Amino acid sequence: MATEFMSNEIALLAIFILSIFVGFEVVSKVSTTLHTPLMSGANAIHGVILVGAIVVADHAKTDLELGLALAAVVLATINMVGGFVVTDRMLQMFKGKPKAKKDAGDDK
Amino acid sequence: MSRNLYDLIGLAAGICFILALKGLSSPKSARRGNLIGAVGASVATLIVFFYTNDGEALNNQTLILAAIAFGTLVGVPAAQKVQMTQMPQLVALFNGVGGGAAALVAIVEYLNLGEKASTAVVVATVFTVIVGCVSFSGSIITFLKLQELMTTRPVVFPFGRQIIALTLIGVLVSGGWVISSGGTTPLLINGLLSLLFGVLFVLPVGGADVPIVISLLNAFTGLTVAASGYVLQTTLLIVAGTLVGASGTILTKLMAQAMGRSLFGTLFGAFTAKAQVSAGLADARPVKSGSADDVAILLNYAQRVVIVPGFGLAVAQAQHTVRELADLLASKGVEVAYGIHPVAGRMPGHMNVLLAEANVPYEQLVEMEEINPTFPQTDVVLVVGANDVVNPAAKTTPGCPIYGMPILDVALAGNVIFLKRSMRPGFAGIENELLHETKTTLLFGDAKDSLTKVVSALKAL
Repeated sequence: MATEFMSNEIALLAIFILSIFVGFEVVSKVSTTLHTPLMSGANAIHGVILVGAIVVADHAKTDLELGLALAAVVLATINMVGGFVVTDRMLQMFKGKPKAKKDAGDDK
Repeated sequence: MSRNLYDLIGLAAGICFILALKGLSSPKSARRGNLIGAVGASVATLIVFFYTNDGEALNNQTLILAAIAFGTLVGVPAAQKVQMTQMPQLVALFNGVGGGAAALVAIVEYLNLGEKASTAVVVATVFTVIVGCVSFSGSIITFLKLQELMTTRPVVFPFGRQIIALTLIGVLVSGGWVISSGGTTPLLINGLLSLLFGVLFVLPVGGADVPIVISLLNAFTGLTVAASGYVLQTTLLIVAGTLVGASGTILTKLMAQAMGRSLFGTLFGAFTAKAQVSAGLADARPVKSGSADDVAILLNYAQRVVIVPGFGLAVAQAQHTVRELADLLASKGVEVAYGIHPVAGRMPGHMNVLLAEANVPYEQLVEMEEINPTFPQTDVVLVVGANDVVNPAAKTTPGCPIYGMPILDVALAGNVIFLKRSMRPGFAGIENELLHETKTTLLFGDAKDSLTKVVSALKAL
């Protein structure tokens, strides 16, 4: 039992560390215009804490626990759903941008 | 649903998040990337309902669904209706509630486990509470600053550093107390001190640096989510949280670089830069201020005009008026372009979004690298509510806070007109030499009022 527990902990640690590297790599080169939407999109992704909020709401034993868990569900939903919608709205504004660059270049 | 199937679907959701971040890093795939992220998050949320309790309905399922419905009813309209200018603060707010949610999740699990919680889990809980609360209260302060519900300038108070340091020590000590003795009171105190620390930590940050802080707090929330994933032993939360934490850290660094700021200077600069700001305010050299008619005449007889929008344009909501002016000039045969500094406004890309809202044609929005060589052939530059992004001090004054930041070289143009609210320096708090040059004309007032006056003066000519 003890060894099984350890290996699970190590597996989680490995996942954690590998995720750090993936996170670093995946956004290493981004143009400044995309900084805000990227931040907003990443912001929406951590709204997946909703999953955790649902799990704790499921096994809450007291009213206090249930109340806090449901508050977490509400907040996490706002973060996740609102985050993806607002990011999409931002990106809608950017469409057609590469073409604009070309036109400006022709002026010279 | 078996545990293996659940974990595999969770893995797929994790891959969606990686692809989402990858997609968001390039203009062509950004929108698709965001959609992929949304799909991943939805799938991850859906399968919880089927896996937990072996296919039976969740306990409190109705309440949970009601809470989700309520959250959606709050979040979606807010995201859909928010004005372009207010998006940054909405992102800050969403980030804050996410951090708060993660802290709550860890607290509930901690209460639920009671004596059964292992030391590692308690440590992770304390981490989640501290960072989640800091992210929550810090984001609220950034929201208040951006919404102008409080001053946007750095808030410095006597013994600020000492108070912040003491609060941080309090946070760490109370965290240690939770770990060593358990119980709910220490956790409550730890949470409250962390909330206070979040407030104190963001107060000294100046308005221009707020986006960097939002990005940093976003990374914090990511780490909080990862830690609560550890508390709950949920791989997906660890993956998603860590991805956001790591990419958010890099993004924060990139944003600070684009603004020519060091992260350390952003967070702690207010306490050291105070002397410099007051020195700047004391400058009383003469400036040339003009009337709307003077400005209209200058513009009317120009061949080529470049409009440099900044933060003041966003505040005054003057994007439609500036477009009216540009159209009017174009109808009089003046060549008009907008010079867009990548970090003008409150968020990188802010100006593009703002002007797109007013239907300014894309081809008129010219990025810094492309517009800079054209300034010597430009007769008039109209700076609307921008300051730091055209401040030559970034090139000429080593040691000033914005030194090294690329700027728009408007000083090379024939005439420069500044629409400003007052002589107050920009957000970086540095005096702008350009204001005192002979080729510069200032028109004081709210950007929208000033522009409206200039438009009517132009029509009268």
